[in-house]
Amino acid sequence: MSIEVNRIAKRFGSFTALDDVSLSFPSGQLVALLGPSGCGKTTLLRIIAGLETPDAGSVLFHGEDASDQDVRERQVGFVFQHYALFRHMSVFENVAFGLRVKPRAERPSNARIREKVMDLLKLVQLDWLAERYPHQLSGGQRQRIALARALAVEPKVLLLDEPFGALDAKVRKELRRWLRRLHDELHITSIFVTHDQEEALEVADQVVLMNKGRVEQVGSPNEVYERPASPFVYSFLGTVNVFHGRAAGGRVHLGPVSLGASRHADVEDAPAVAYARPHEIEIERFSPGAEGIPAQLSRLLVVGPTARLELERDDTGGIVEAEIPAARAASLSLKLGESLVVRPRRMQVFVERADAPPAQALTLES
Amino acid sequence: MSAATLPLPAPVATRSSATAEPRLVRWLLTGLALAFLGLFLLVPLFAVFTEALRKGFETYLAALVEPDALAAIQLTLLVAAIAVPANLVFGVAAAWAIAKFDFRGKSLLITLIDLPFAVSPVIAGLVYVLMFGAQGWFGPWLQAHDIKIVFAVPGIVLATMFVTVPFIARELIPLMQAQGTEEEEAARVLGASGWQMFWRVTLPNIKWGLLYGVILCNARAMGEFGAVSVVSGHVRGLTNTTPLHVEILYNEYNFAAAFAVASLLASLGLVTLVLKSLIEWKTRHELARAAALPGERPA
Amino acid sequence: MTSATATLPAPLAPAARRPWRKPSVLPGFGLALGFALLYLSLIVLIPLSATFLKSATLGWEVFWATVSAPRVLAALRLSFGASLLAGVLNAVFGLLVAWVLIRYRFPGRRVADAMVDLPFALPTAVAGIALTAVYAGNGWIGQYLEPLGIQVAFAPLGVVVALTFIGLPFVVRTVQPVLEDLEPELEEAAATLGANRLQTFRRVILPAVTPALLTGFTLAFARAVGEYGSVIFIAGNMPMVSEIAPLLIIIELEQYDYAGATSVAVMMLLISFALLLLINLLQWWSARRTGRL
Repeated sequence: MSIEVNRIAKRFGSFTALDDVSLSFPSGQLVALLGPSGCGKTTLLRIIAGLETPDAGSVLFHGEDASDQDVRERQVGFVFQHYALFRHMSVFENVAFGLRVKPRAERPSNARIREKVMDLLKLVQLDWLAERYPHQLSGGQRQRIALARALAVEPKVLLLDEPFGALDAKVRKELRRWLRRLHDELHITSIFVTHDQEEALEVADQVVLMNKGRVEQVGSPNEVYERPASPFVYSFLGTVNVFHGRAAGGRVHLGPVSLGASRHADVEDAPAVAYARPHEIEIERFSPGAEGIPAQLSRLLVVGPTARLELERDDTGGIVEAEIPAARAASLSLKLGESLVVRPRRMQVFVERADAPPAQALTLES
Repeated sequence: MSAATLPLPAPVATRSSATAEPRLVRWLLTGLALAFLGLFLLVPLFAVFTEALRKGFETYLAALVEPDALAAIQLTLLVAAIAVPANLVFGVAAAWAIAKFDFRGKSLLITLIDLPFAVSPVIAGLVYVLMFGAQGWFGPWLQAHDIKIVFAVPGIVLATMFVTVPFIARELIPLMQAQGTEEEEAARVLGASGWQMFWRVTLPNIKWGLLYGVILCNARAMGEFGAVSVVSGHVRGLTNTTPLHVEILYNEYNFAAAFAVASLLASLGLVTLVLKSLIEWKTRHELARAAALPGERPA
Repeated sequence: MTSATATLPAPLAPAARRPWRKPSVLPGFGLALGFALLYLSLIVLIPLSATFLKSATLGWEVFWATVSAPRVLAALRLSFGASLLAGVLNAVFGLLVAWVLIRYRFPGRRVADAMVDLPFALPTAVAGIALTAVYAGNGWIGQYLEPLGIQVAFAPLGVVVALTFIGLPFVVRTVQPVLEDLEPELEEAAATLGANRLQTFRRVILPAVTPALLTGFTLAFARAVGEYGSVIFIAGNMPMVSEIAPLLIIIELEQYDYAGATSVAVMMLLISFALLLLINLLQWWSARRTGRL
């Protein structure tokens, strides 16, 4: 079932949690809501579930307005951040809960409930824990029980709030893959909230990046990583180097480096910011006339096939991070404190002007 | 304090010697604290039972089965049977609204619930005399319709309810606040109706706190003296609760009987203490088990 | 930046007023709050305000004539004075008891811990006659005190003893959790910085437990001011000497002097509320000073 949210706004006192958010989630996809804490992602998820009421805007399920529907009528499965397992019920009873509270006419027989719960527990590979209580389970097990419980009522939509947030790194990775496989099996429209970019990029079909109550970018993991639509997305996803300069007459000047920027051709003279990832940085030994920003090598770390360099710019004193193949670092025989030039091979330029066109990716041909 | 003089491990193993007091100081402080508790709590408690049995077991028993004493015990049970359930419903309702919802005036409401603790029981009785007494606001109307509230059983019940209002709500509010709303929300998402959610999720989660509050509330309801004394009218066999019966016997210099009935109330107090400790032990045990595994609740 | 609906008119107006309650999906708010308010109003609020209304109809002169009578003044002085003294005694010994129960291990510790709540569980009338039996001139403890010239029962000192009994659990139970949660690192840090135990206690531990100690004192004091049952047996109830204010209310009621009873009650309530407010302010100030607000 597809989900659409339309111009949703939500405030808590003077804090704006969501500011005119419109999104559509296609049927059958696994979508990640990604952003820093306080960006409004959990609020959006809770509004979709019906746990929170928006100040304005509407939520559409399968094209139909669900705004007035009670949380009980929406048929959503919700997995809470801290799982919210009923602590006084066994695992079996937790999963059976949604079936047991159905009106008498719709309630399945006890035998049917038993069968269904055991099927679900097998699906999450925890049927051997049916008689345990939540406090006897590990974090990862509770997570999976919470998911089984949500699935028991056959929801049309599955919503997960920071599903891996409370787990340690190793369990997190396992569960991530497991959730992806489960989704591929069930194909139920699913949205999960996370602040971990790695998690979002690895698991989701689509990533929605949010910041300060607004949507910054929507796209596939590859799109948002390779072509960030805003400075925020750039700095939020992965390590990035920031270069400040000016755009004028179709060119962007970053200190000694200057690049052609056709999309910003009509810009007279405005501040510009360029972003380049460490692996997009080229370095070369300094020689008079070499193109690039002069910098000193302040740290060198070789781990496996890549060498990580930290360079201190001669002009601003700022730090530039670069990643080059270990072999190239060896052939250059780099020494700490030596003078190099830094040159972004590829970067994304944003012009700081109200009516500026979207960012342009620039490639420096070497 | 060298190791040679201390063959046993230090009494509190988790504390380093740098932050523990010398042994002499520890003994002194412990002795002082125990002496204080003994003089103020233990000795008076023993005195009740000793005085009660001073004239032999038969006199003791006779004082308890005497008709006026039985009537007083009966009235005390009746009063508690009304006041405790009423405060139970109030406590659950107030705690539900306060702990699970955000609304303006919440802290004012919490303060108002605690109000009876700040008011003398005697004043609690007085307010009902001023409301329902012969010269009170509703006095003439009540007299015209031949309804007796003050100096009768209804007044005793009302005054007892007044002084015991906060007990259950106070236990439940912090407990339910700490439990948060996630489990109830989960129940709603899974399709539970309001009452299903309450009976199947909320109530099982607060049962120990509820029982704790009920036990304390009951102890106070059965033992209340000041408020009841004002509104009772002290009619033997009719409007005399057990604590008031103790007073009457005592003032008649019938000490053995007074202490005999008092020993009954003291036993109630001891049972209350034992139950209270059991619940504390049980919930602490559960808390420890829940805390042993991370991830259920944010710290 | 990516909004597909950028062509739509101006942003939505934010919610103009903050609603009086935050919306929630949980049911039963109206029912629960409605019942709680109704119950509280009927049992506590309306009767209590009726008392204040009654006193307002008396007129200032009657009120003043009642509360400035020497016997009333003496009773109020005794009630508040003895409560203050009992509160201070409880603060000192309550802290000691809480400290010993939390920090030291000794046989019978759990029984002692459970016993602390006895004043909560024991009906006040029972406490009253028991304390009288113990502290009377021929009582278990009184017989040793009388030769020393110390009269406890049937004297103002008896009032202090009864009120100390009543208030003990309040201080212990508020201080105990704070002492328990006190990080051992704080004391270890003080020790590594060269403080001895007494200095550590005075400069590190005491400031940390002061807010709780004040809270416990406040609760014990408030309870003591209104206490009746445990006091009247041991006090002797001599007018001008050992007669407490709540007893005076009852005496006046028995004489059908409703005006007098109401005046004394209102005076007691006013002084209590003023003192509680003062102590709350003090507590707020001390909490703010130590950054616990």
